[in-house]
Amino acid sequence: MSTATATFPQKHYLNDPPGLKSWLFTLDHKRIGLMYFFAIMFFFTIGGILAMLIRLELLTPQGDFFQSGDTYNQMFTLHGAIMIFLFIIPSIPAALGNFVLPLMLGAKDVAFPRLNLASFYIYVVGSIFCIYSIVTGAVDTGWTFYTPYSTSTTTSVVSMTSGVFVLGFSSILTGLNFIVTVHKLRAPGLTWFKLPLFVWGLYATAIIQILATPVLAITLLLLILERTLGIGIFDPALGGDPVLYQHFFWFYSHPAVYIMILPGMGIISETVSVFSHKKIFGYKFIAFSSLGIAFVSFLVWGHHMFTSGQSELAAMIFSFLTFFVGIPSGIKVFNWVTTMYKGNISLEAPMLYTLSFLFLFCIGGFTGIFLGALSVDVHLHDTYFVVAHFHYVMMGGTVMAFLAGVHYWWPKIWGRMYSEFWAAIAAFLIFVGFNMTFFTQFVLGSQGMPRRYYTYLDQYQPLHGFSSIGSWVLGLGFLIMAFYLVGSLFKGKIAGNNPWGALSWEWSTTSPPPHHNFETVPEMTHGFYDYDTVLVNEHGEKVYKEEPVSV
Amino acid sequence: MSTVAQDASHPEYLAHHFSDIEQQKESAKLGMWIFLATEILTFGGLFCAYAVFRAWFPEMFHDAHKVLDLRLGTINTIVLIASSFTVVYAIYCIQRNNRTGTVINLALTLLFAATFMVIKYFEYSHKIHVGQLPGHFYFYDGLEGTNPHLFFGIYFAMTGLHGVHVLIGMGLITWVMIGTLKGRFSSEYYVPVEMVGLFWHLVDMVWIFLFPLFYLIG
Repeated sequence: MSTATATFPQKHYLNDPPGLKSWLFTLDHKRIGLMYFFAIMFFFTIGGILAMLIRLELLTPQGDFFQSGDTYNQMFTLHGAIMIFLFIIPSIPAALGNFVLPLMLGAKDVAFPRLNLASFYIYVVGSIFCIYSIVTGAVDTGWTFYTPYSTSTTTSVVSMTSGVFVLGFSSILTGLNFIVTVHKLRAPGLTWFKLPLFVWGLYATAIIQILATPVLAITLLLLILERTLGIGIFDPALGGDPVLYQHFFWFYSHPAVYIMILPGMGIISETVSVFSHKKIFGYKFIAFSSLGIAFVSFLVWGHHMFTSGQSELAAMIFSFLTFFVGIPSGIKVFNWVTTMYKGNISLEAPMLYTLSFLFLFCIGGFTGIFLGALSVDVHLHDTYFVVAHFHYVMMGGTVMAFLAGVHYWWPKIWGRMYSEFWAAIAAFLIFVGFNMTFFTQFVLGSQGMPRRYYTYLDQYQPLHGFSSIGSWVLGLGFLIMAFYLVGSLFKGKIAGNNPWGALSWEWSTTSPPPHHNFETVPEMTHGFYDYDTVLVNEHGEKVYKEEPVSV
Repeated sequence: MSTVAQDASHPEYLAHHFSDIEQQKESAKLGMWIFLATEILTFGGLFCAYAVFRAWFPEMFHDAHKVLDLRLGTINTIVLIASSFTVVYAIYCIQRNNRTGTVINLALTLLFAATFMVIKYFEYSHKIHVGQLPGHFYFYDGLEGTNPHLFFGIYFAMTGLHGVHVLIGMGLITWVMIGTLKGRFSSEYYVPVEMVGLFWHLVDMVWIFLFPLFYLIG
């Protein structure tokens, strides 16, 4: 729907004010979001390379180029820690959310712009700690830093956990900023139930960020004290309890799983409506199910500990509560699918990733129910089934949603379109490669292949080999994406304000937006999902239909 | 909000992205309360650890608490409650444009906080001297019972984190005191004074819980 007459604005947030210094000290949420974007993509690349190395090692049953299990342990630990703490947790909220949230609210900025910049630099400091840890011997505990191993291993646990501790503050401050922004900076007329659903997703995420992350902070602090002073709280030899560490850790880290997925669900709620050209189905159900997931997320941490010496009663209660997560998640999926029903679906890249998300998230979600069931979990615990499950949710869910968001807002961020042709090829390769890599791992896990081993029995070779080949397809998809996205910055077609014909406010300003976001404060002339009554024509003007189109 | 006004309706202390001072003030308050919630959860982890170990070793906790100096603990509690009062009075004064009163009360708050830290220093140095310490460092032999070092581990973790908060609070109070002296705050605009006050109340409140949990067991 982009117009032939679209022009590129002369002054926009990318060049106004000019100069490197104006970027480093910027208080503009759009620039901070973009700096986050580059930082997380840097770590995504590193984490991805590590994953490729792990898959390469697992191509054959014997140890190939990792000469010892220790190196392999460090590889998967770094892959996990980098992907979780440095990429996926900040990915959607801090990068895309930062850019889009004030635009969606019709605001000039987030509530605390200085704090926003501070949380970016806190992220940078935290990542430097993590890099320092990698350079000085890395960590081989797994990203969960379980005691007692994490207090006895000789690797650089303290610097890595200090890094994660610092990163936690970045996450808390972003969450705090977003909550206040949503409460206090909505433009006149924008009431709660008119908010775009991405805002609801970010809001629910922010609640988890501020309530769960402090507990991680204190847990890691105690772990550091345990390692440096031998405080004894997690050490059975001193009367402490290593299982207590697991309780503390998962009290944060299970909600953190929803920090990762909820903003992704928010993106899907936008794209599914925009690219089906149809009003979102069940707005309030989607909004409240985000809050529902946030609430339930605090009550299920014990399902990580079914085999860790937790009482049977506690395990049963946690198992039961875990099933509850399925309800709000199911509500969302049904509403998205119903939104698509009889819609006028167009298959641009954001929609391709949205469809990938729906497909993969369902598999990830359902296998989560398997693992939440006590008897099944005892069999599948610490096997590749678990690995496949959380990759389906984290990568198949969050990363697909992130890619949908990146492609959806790319024209807004840069003012230029990417190549739809290459995007479709990359999306196809990523979808196929992902399933090749990880679906095999469900089978491997159910056959008894344990996690975290760099050698394995010959009988698993065909599936492991297939999985490794899948990882190359996946890597190729991302490589193509990197090329066409970077290429679009130089050769991309000028996007115009509203290339998708979307109705939320970020599309009513120029692409890229001006420094102050809007020339005039936008007004509520229609709902953000009123695709049945409002049509954006090829000149970017809104045409109001007399009667809603019945479906 | 439709134009970027630079006139009297948009004073210097009003950030550009807020439409009026009320919106800015409300945002700051909400932000501060959320931050306090995160603080409570941070301490919450430690309170949880305390509960677990006290439930496991009730007698050891009871015995170990006797070596703490109840007198010093009580003085510190009174000192902190007094400092809460002076910080409230400082806000009361700035609301009435009484900058001298604000500065005096903030100075008193600082004095109380410093008293607290000095007393804490004496308590700590005594414990370090006699070996009432966490984990491997424990060498005190006046206590029977299982794992008394755990009591001191949690004691040092909790009072230590609290002490860090007192120090941060002192820094913040100094900051708003200088701001008041420079005339940055008035009855029109005193959000930072109020926010620092809120933070200081949290620091007090945590101590109100720590005091009975460590000094008044049994």
